[in-house]
Amino acid sequence: MVTCVNDAMFPGTGQAVVRLLRRLGVEVDFPQAQTCCGQPMVNTGYLDEAVPAVRAFTRAFEGYDAIVTPSGSCAGSARHQHQIVAKRSGDVGLVAAVAETSPRTYELTEFLVDVLGVTDVGAYFPHSVTYHPTCHSLRMLGVADRPTRLLQAVRGLRLVDLPKAEECCGFGGTFALKNSDTSVAMGTDKARHVRSTDAEVLVAGDNSCLMHIGGMLGRGRAGVRVMHLAEILAATEDQPAEVAR
Amino acid sequence: MTGTFVGMPAFPTAAREALADTQLRHNLAHATGVIRGKRAAVVGEVENWEDLRLAGAAVKDRALRDLDEQLVRLEESLTARGAVVHWARDAEEANRIVIDVARAHAVDEVVKVKSMVTQEIGLNEALEAAGVAAWETDLAELIVQLGGDLPSHILVPAIHRNRAEIREIFLRRMGEVGRPAPDDLTDEPAVLAGAAREHLREKFLRARMAVSGANFAIADTGTLVVVESEGNGRMCLTLPEVLVSIVGIEKVVPSWAELDPLIRLLPRSSTGERMNPYTSTWTGISPGDGPQEVHVVLLDNGRTRALADDVGRQALRCIRCSACLNVCPVYERTGGHAYGSVYPGPIGAILNPLLKGTGDPQTDSLPYASSLCGACFEACPVRIDIPEVLVHLRSKVVDSHREDRIPKPEAIAFRGAAWAFADERRLGRLEKLSGVAGKVLRRRSPVVGRIPGPGAAWTDARDLPAPPTESFREWWNRTDGGKADG
Repeated sequence: MVTCVNDAMFPGTGQAVVRLLRRLGVEVDFPQAQTCCGQPMVNTGYLDEAVPAVRAFTRAFEGYDAIVTPSGSCAGSARHQHQIVAKRSGDVGLVAAVAETSPRTYELTEFLVDVLGVTDVGAYFPHSVTYHPTCHSLRMLGVADRPTRLLQAVRGLRLVDLPKAEECCGFGGTFALKNSDTSVAMGTDKARHVRSTDAEVLVAGDNSCLMHIGGMLGRGRAGVRVMHLAEILAATEDQPAEVAR
Repeated sequence: MTGTFVGMPAFPTAAREALADTQLRHNLAHATGVIRGKRAAVVGEVENWEDLRLAGAAVKDRALRDLDEQLVRLEESLTARGAVVHWARDAEEANRIVIDVARAHAVDEVVKVKSMVTQEIGLNEALEAAGVAAWETDLAELIVQLGGDLPSHILVPAIHRNRAEIREIFLRRMGEVGRPAPDDLTDEPAVLAGAAREHLREKFLRARMAVSGANFAIADTGTLVVVESEGNGRMCLTLPEVLVSIVGIEKVVPSWAELDPLIRLLPRSSTGERMNPYTSTWTGISPGDGPQEVHVVLLDNGRTRALADDVGRQALRCIRCSACLNVCPVYERTGGHAYGSVYPGPIGAILNPLLKGTGDPQTDSLPYASSLCGACFEACPVRIDIPEVLVHLRSKVVDSHREDRIPKPEAIAFRGAAWAFADERRLGRLEKLSGVAGKVLRRRSPVVGRIPGPGAAWTDARDLPAPPTESFREWWNRTDGGKADG
């Protein structure tokens, strides 16, 4: 599952996932019927409006061994919220379909470490990097140190600790719009901590959080690049990551 | 009016004002940081903390499951030990009961133990209107009361004040309501506490009636439990002749044995202490010792409404430790007043709509006052899944507007999203349009500076990347799944 945000806004992340997984010997497909996991609707309270997206999800991913997504938030939505939406729809077929797809949904680092059993994915990225653990990957999925183990195995990469790393960046989906003042206050602190590390690149496992932190860093002309974890893990000596985007 | 500060605007507006208060921001960041650190240290040293959380949640769930029977048992136990039990449907009934007791004894003042429930029902204001002065005796509540202020935290209601402000308040106001602060008062914490102690002592020794809440009410024996740190509660519970305790019906615990996990979870989660300093328990009347007339008011005030909500009822497990406030990144920045209720922070964002129901714009804004980061759930000693309840309450807010004659722009937008996400071909067409926009925009810059309309809430403070010229979907189809991509 590429996710709607990556499909429409950050295609490079999806391309990186494809490259990375193929390199690790995984047969990758992008089922065309996928649209969105439904989380934006659910988290804003529009449960009925999430039903079509959840239906599309179960239709698209029927029959695959694993559903892998470069987003802790969307994986969390598939695992923890799809059943709520399905039950609300009153459609027993959808409830059954969700029971099939939910447990097979993995956030990228879970899939790499737990299913494929790798932490060294053969990546090369000669830059200083600081890592922001996104809230849903950390607290909803419990990915723990999987992302940092993967990063530590990247050749040339220097991982710098981010102060107050586990504090939310303030994105929160429609929270960023409905409570933009509070969201920005949180983002300002996150951006300050990122800058205090002097790292060249801020990395995270979710482009929506990165769009917020990166948007704040960019507005402040901070000169710090934000990148999705998948793009770093996909980078090699032969196919290095793009210098800027 | 139950627990809502009159005339408060919705959360985003109130938060905007609070965020601009630099003194508040500084005080809160410091205070929540200190409490967070203390809590983390003492929670970390308990090996089976998760088991303890599960046990605490199970005790409260059991009590709530048979709440009707537990309450009747509590009433029987209390009555057998000489207490008078009253039942109050709402704030007005509860306040009326307290006023009647005060009138029966012709008192014009009462001393108070710090209690959330009396603030929820606006007891002090009701007593004042009836000509009875209510003296808060907890240090922080005293600061809030003397300052003509509102509490902003469950445990440390004056968290928004620093010691210089407290000195000012004491110097200006203490003399108007009792023993004045000494002229040479400094802002040293010990000196400030000393002034409060002397001011309060004369009230403890004079008052004939006290009002308290209760942290727990043990059904088996009819024992009420108050947990506090300063000893002021112990004074109120033992010196006056008459004691009235207002107890929310969700405070019932079936037995002494089941109090065990809760009394271990509470101090570590709230004050960051291993053990609570003053734990007072009393069972009706003890002849010749302590108050000889004891009233217990069992209060509903929306709790049965919350209990009827199958997702939301877990909020009634809350033991008012305030760990969720201290770890909340929203609370840390806005403070408690922005929530417009005596119950602020994450627990307030779910408790207020659960107790009052949706429908009022201020209450309806509270479930949205969260980024759903989940830090509250992680810290909660009785495992209230606050993010789950927040999302559930958001759906209740949305559902309450489904019959609106003119739908909100947001509702129209999400209906549009539902339409687009139902079928990938619809989404694909929208992505094509976005790609065209991307081609135009990217000629100028890879980022969008500022956009008008609702999007301004994003671009006022953040850059927005211009859409890519090609979506992932288009790339996949053009390159045969990336295979034809050089």
